[in-house]
Amino acid sequence: MELSFYLVQLLNAIQYGFLLFLVASGLTLLFGIMGIINLAHGSFYMIGAYLAYWLAGATGNLWLGILLGLPIALLVGYLVERFAISFLYKRDHLYQVLLTFALILIFNELQQILWGTDVHSVAIPALLAGSIPLTENQSYPIYRLFISAVCIVIAGGMSWVIQKTRLGMMIRAGASNREMVQSLGIDVNRLFALVFSLGVALAAFAGMLAAPVDSVYPGMGENVLIISFVVVVIGGTGSIKGAFIGAMLIGLVSTFGKVLLPEMASVMAYALMALILLWRPQGLFGRAH
Amino acid sequence: MSEKNETGISRRDFVIKGSVATAGLAAASVLGPASFAIGGQARVKVGILLPYTGTYAKLGTNIRDAMKLRFAEAGNKLGGREIEFVDIDSEAKPAKAQQLTDKLIRKENVDFLVGPVHSVVGMAMVKMARGKGPITVIPNAGADQLTGVLCAPNVFRTSFSSYQMGFPGGPAVLEDGHKRVVLMYWNYGFGKQVAAAFKKSFLPAGGTIVKEIPTPFPKVDFQAYLTELAALKPDAVYTFYAGGGAVKFVKDFAAAGLKKSIKLYGAGFLTEGLGAAQGDAAEGVRTILHYADTLDNPANHRFRKAFRDATGARADVYAVQGYDAGELILRGMNAVKGDTGARAEMIRAMESAEIDSPRGRLRFSQSHNPIHDIYLREVVNGENRVVRVAARDQDDPATGCSNA
Repeated sequence: MELSFYLVQLLNAIQYGFLLFLVASGLTLLFGIMGIINLAHGSFYMIGAYLAYWLAGATGNLWLGILLGLPIALLVGYLVERFAISFLYKRDHLYQVLLTFALILIFNELQQILWGTDVHSVAIPALLAGSIPLTENQSYPIYRLFISAVCIVIAGGMSWVIQKTRLGMMIRAGASNREMVQSLGIDVNRLFALVFSLGVALAAFAGMLAAPVDSVYPGMGENVLIISFVVVVIGGTGSIKGAFIGAMLIGLVSTFGKVLLPEMASVMAYALMALILLWRPQGLFGRAH
Repeated sequence: MSEKNETGISRRDFVIKGSVATAGLAAASVLGPASFAIGGQARVKVGILLPYTGTYAKLGTNIRDAMKLRFAEAGNKLGGREIEFVDIDSEAKPAKAQQLTDKLIRKENVDFLVGPVHSVVGMAMVKMARGKGPITVIPNAGADQLTGVLCAPNVFRTSFSSYQMGFPGGPAVLEDGHKRVVLMYWNYGFGKQVAAAFKKSFLPAGGTIVKEIPTPFPKVDFQAYLTELAALKPDAVYTFYAGGGAVKFVKDFAAAGLKKSIKLYGAGFLTEGLGAAQGDAAEGVRTILHYADTLDNPANHRFRKAFRDATGARADVYAVQGYDAGELILRGMNAVKGDTGARAEMIRAMESAEIDSPRGRLRFSQSHNPIHDIYLREVVNGENRVVRVAARDQDDPATGCSNA
C-alpha cells in the first residue's frame, strides 16, 4: 500500500473520531456534572437522524431541516429532563439505568410508529456532493471533510464556553462540588436542565450531520451509544478533553484495525479500553475517586 | 442491548397480536360450524412466518401481499376449500425461529408453512418442518443448505439459492471485460456462499481475485474498506449487500469517487427495490438476479399492475417470490382437489410444476430449488433494466441433497 492510502485512512479516522466526540461529549458532560448515566443518549442521535430525514425531505433542504430539527430535539431533551431525569438526580445509578433504558424502548417504539421500519437515506446537499481527488486513484468525499470542519468549530466553541464564560464556570464548579454551587445561590436545577438539553442537542446534531453518510434505520442509536460509552470510559468521565482524545483514539484504532487486522476489527475498540483501564483505572483524564 | 430492547417491543406485539388472535379464535369457534356447512370441508390452514418489523419488514409484507393476491385471483380457494391464514411476525430473529415454527406446526397444525426471509431463521424452520411437517414453501431465504443438506420432499423454494446469486456473476463480469476483481460481502453464511460460488465460475475462466474483503454483518460503515478498495485498483468489485447496507454501500461507493475507475457489480439485492433511496449513486451499477422490473413478458406486466392495484406498492423480486409461492400451493391443492391427505400426489404435482412466472419460466429441480434464468441488469434512470441473460435455466448443485 502506498502512502496515500494511509493518509486517506487517517482522514477517515479523524472524521469518525469527530463524530464520536460530538456524541460522547454530551454523555460525559451529563455524567461528570450531573452524575447521570443516560442510556438514552444514543436515542437522541437516532432522533436527530430521523428529524433530518423527515425535515430535509419535507423542505427539500438539509440545512433547513437541521435548523428546524434542532429546536424539536431540544424540546424533547427538555421534556425528558423535566419529567423523567430530574427526579433521579439524588437516586442511585441503578434507577437511572432503569429509567433511561425504558426511554430507549419508548423512543424506538415511537420511531417505528412515526417513521416505520424502512431504511432511509438522506441526500448530501448538492453544494457538498462529490469528492476531491487526492491522488491518481484516491478521492475524498467533500461532505466528510465538511463534517470534520463543523466538528472542529463545535469542539472549539465548547472549550471556549467551558473555559471562558460564566456558564462554563458554573458547569465546572457544579461538576466538582454540587452542594457548594447550590449554596452560593446558583439555581442548580436550571443549570442541569440547560446542560442536559445541551448534551441532547449535541447528540441530535451528530445524528443530523451523520444522516447523509450513515443510513437512517431503526435501532441506529444503540450502536452509537455503546461506542460512546467506550469513548467516555477511555477519556475519563466528565472530561471533555478526555472525550476528545478518546474519540480520536477509537477513530484511529477502528479505522486502521479494519484494514490492517480485519479479523480483529470488532474487538479493537474494547481491547484498547481494557488496556487503558489497566494502566489508568479512572481513564486518561478522569479524576481518581 | 438491542436484543433486550426488541424483546420489549415484541412483548407488546405479543400481547396485542395475542389478544387479536384470541378474539379471532373465539370468533372462529362461533362461526366454525357455519363454515363447515358451506363446502362440507374444513378450511385449509396456511401458516405464514415472515418479518414485519426490522430491517426486512418491507420484504415480508411484499411477500405476504403478493401471495394473498395470487389466492384472491383464484377466488380465495385452494382445491375448492376456503383458506385460513395464521400469520406470525418472525422479526427475522433466529432466536425465536424455533418457538414460532413449533407454534405453527404443533399448536396450529397448519397444512402449509410459508416463510421465511432470513436464511438463519430458515435453517431452524426447515430443520423442524422437513419430513413429517407441513408442506413448506420458502419465498426468500437463500442459504444453500435449505435445498442442499437439509432438502426434503415436503420443502420447496420459490426464490433462489446463494449459489445462483454468485455463480452466474463470474462469466457476466468477464464478458464485460473485467479480469481483476475484488470481492466484498457481509461476513455471514449467505455472503460467504455467494462469494464462493462467484469464484467457482470466475477463476477457471481466467479471472483474478485481487482480494476478498469480508465486512462485519450487519455493520454499514464502509468508508475504510472503500479507501482500501481504491488503493487495490481492481477493474471491478463484486458484492453482496442487502437492505440498508446496500443503500449505504452504493452511496458511499459513489461518494468516494470510485465509479469512474472501478465497475460495481453485485447480487441483485444491491439495487433491488432501493431506487428511491439510492438515487443517482446507483446509476450504472450492474447486478445479477432472476427478475427485473422491466422484464417484457405478459405475466410480468399483468402481475405488476395487479400488485400495484391491490397494495399501492411497486412490485419487486420479493413480491414475485411470494406470488409464485401462492401459485405453487395452488397447483398442489388443485391437483388433489383439496385432499391434503394425498400428500405424495400433491408433492409430485408441485415438483413437476412449470410456472409462467413474472420472472419468466420457473421450474423446480430434484432438490426443489428453482431453475430459472438469471439476468444481468443495469440501473438506468432509477430502474433495473435487463442488459442480457447472464445464465439460461440456472440450476443449483444441491450439494448433500438426498431427494430422489
